[in-house]
Amino acid sequence: MNGLLILPILIPLMTAIALVLAWNHRAIQRRISVAGALILFLAAIGLLTSVSSDGIAVVQIGDWPAPFGITLVADLFSAIMVTMTGLMGLAVAVYSLSSMDAPRESFGYYPLFHVLLMGVNGAFLTGDMFNLYVWFEVMLIASFVLMALGGERVQLEGAIKYVTINLVSSALFLTAIGILYSVAGTLNMADLAQRLNSGDVDPGMVTALSMMFLIAFGIKAAVFPLFFWLPASYHTPPVAVTAIFSGLLTKVGVYSLIRVFTLIFLRDVDYTHTLILVIAGFTMVTGVLGAVAQTGFRRLLSFHIVSQIGYLLMGLGLFTELALAGTVFFMVHVIIAKSALFLVSGAVYQIAGTYDLKKLGGLYKSHVGLSMMFLFPALSLAGIPPLSGFWAKLTLVRAGLETEEYAIVAVALGVSILTLFSMMKIWAEAFWKDRPESDEAASDGLPELRTSRAWLALVAPIIALGALTIVLGIAAEPFFVLARDAARQLLDPASYIQAVLGGTP
Amino acid sequence: MEVVLAFVIGGLYAAGLFMMMRRSMVKVIMGLALLGYASNLLIFTVGRLTRGSSPLIPADAAQPAAPFADPLPQALILTAIVIGFGVQAFALVLFKRTYQSVGTDDLDSIRATEKS
Repeated sequence: MNGLLILPILIPLMTAIALVLAWNHRAIQRRISVAGALILFLAAIGLLTSVSSDGIAVVQIGDWPAPFGITLVADLFSAIMVTMTGLMGLAVAVYSLSSMDAPRESFGYYPLFHVLLMGVNGAFLTGDMFNLYVWFEVMLIASFVLMALGGERVQLEGAIKYVTINLVSSALFLTAIGILYSVAGTLNMADLAQRLNSGDVDPGMVTALSMMFLIAFGIKAAVFPLFFWLPASYHTPPVAVTAIFSGLLTKVGVYSLIRVFTLIFLRDVDYTHTLILVIAGFTMVTGVLGAVAQTGFRRLLSFHIVSQIGYLLMGLGLFTELALAGTVFFMVHVIIAKSALFLVSGAVYQIAGTYDLKKLGGLYKSHVGLSMMFLFPALSLAGIPPLSGFWAKLTLVRAGLETEEYAIVAVALGVSILTLFSMMKIWAEAFWKDRPESDEAASDGLPELRTSRAWLALVAPIIALGALTIVLGIAAEPFFVLARDAARQLLDPASYIQAVLGGTP
Repeated sequence: MEVVLAFVIGGLYAAGLFMMMRRSMVKVIMGLALLGYASNLLIFTVGRLTRGSSPLIPADAAQPAAPFADPLPQALILTAIVIGFGVQAFALVLFKRTYQSVGTDDLDSIRATEKS
């Protein structure tokens, strides 16, 4: 029995309950929220150290033996993802203190936020297909409410698109689970991995099922050609919500894709993983082209989320140890860098009162510090050495060259240049040029930034994330070793199966 | 029996997807509900239909007698129904709020998110 494995689910649940109990006391809610996020982060680090030293951790809920009960599993990849959830949770919880408006705080922003973290952690840790569906729904319902909370017209419209497409994806996921159960007679991932690859299941059926999962998870991960809901909705809620969505929700979709396509659907790797590689290429290109055309700060960044998802899938499509290590490293890098950029966009909004790049300007003159906080994550995202994005992309490109997939390498490099171009577009428009003459639009209803404490709560998470992307770049070695170990575990399903089911695989 | 249910499930999926592609918000909600029913019924059917033999273990045996219904699909459906109920209730409220603030049921006129 490994208690550390349950904590990442239990802590946000307890925090959410405590927050609901303090419903009418905003000041108390804010303290509980930050404290809960901090404890979650520490527990996640504890889990990561334990998994990296002792190997895959498994808990059978209710002591039901493996293929019958619900299993929680943490291999290195899961543990890394849970740690990233803890980090993002903490950063955004602090950031929310001075960026969330009072009405949203009074109507349950903090409890929902922690329920969302619980759903995300549950999805990372579960070892059971149906349980994964349930965690997806927990996460989705929290995200639905967070998306619509506040009830501005643009938010409601974004939420309609987001809710509808996600429910279609869930229905497809559920259908696929039903058929999977009828084919394999089990929903435990380790058991599935054994049975579907054993030979007494029709390989055509397995491939058909894998395609259903590819579409269901692909919608949630926002891959080409299923990503259109993301740029239509992600820029509508408050920026703290956008940051946590961009950091975690699409990544849960990618995580699920990686999990099922490294563990369960390995019957026809030539077909499925080549398809994933093609999708990855198109995702990168369409995402970045969309970004280049945008003039809204947050809409531009939303399109970039799509583009980065392509890089994550590229590693999965190449399917070598180096490539998967690149994906894991890229995952860590992109969660940090992308969220930092979103948080900067929120800070810019609170200073200048708009997200429109044409109306922004002169921020370098007035806020040098903030400009630097934008510049480092932006360059990191484009892959400029020595920042974290450089090593992530270098690893993926090298893996591509080693497997002689030159087309995807060319796409990845070309997209990097366009990424740099669009980041420089933000830099030139919002920070570098003079502020255009226009009537000052005051940021409405947001907390004042007069006090230094409020300002600190706003920039401390950005500085922390920005510093991390520099540290990840300069001292990449230990992180890369960790990512390679995670990739090695992903490519060795036998160890996963043995850890869950026990005995000889 | 399986054949009949297969046709019913196919019809439900088709109807659900057709409704999803209409321009009216109300029809989209109904489409979502139909899709949910279709997948629940699918899980029920592909879990093998066994009539009249419940998976109960007699007092003097270690396992139930041979042809018994698989209880797991039913447990899955129950969970899925509860989740579907909650999600659809939320979607209804969301669509109603949107209708109130936009003033139309036509999804094509929902374009505020296109501006930055």
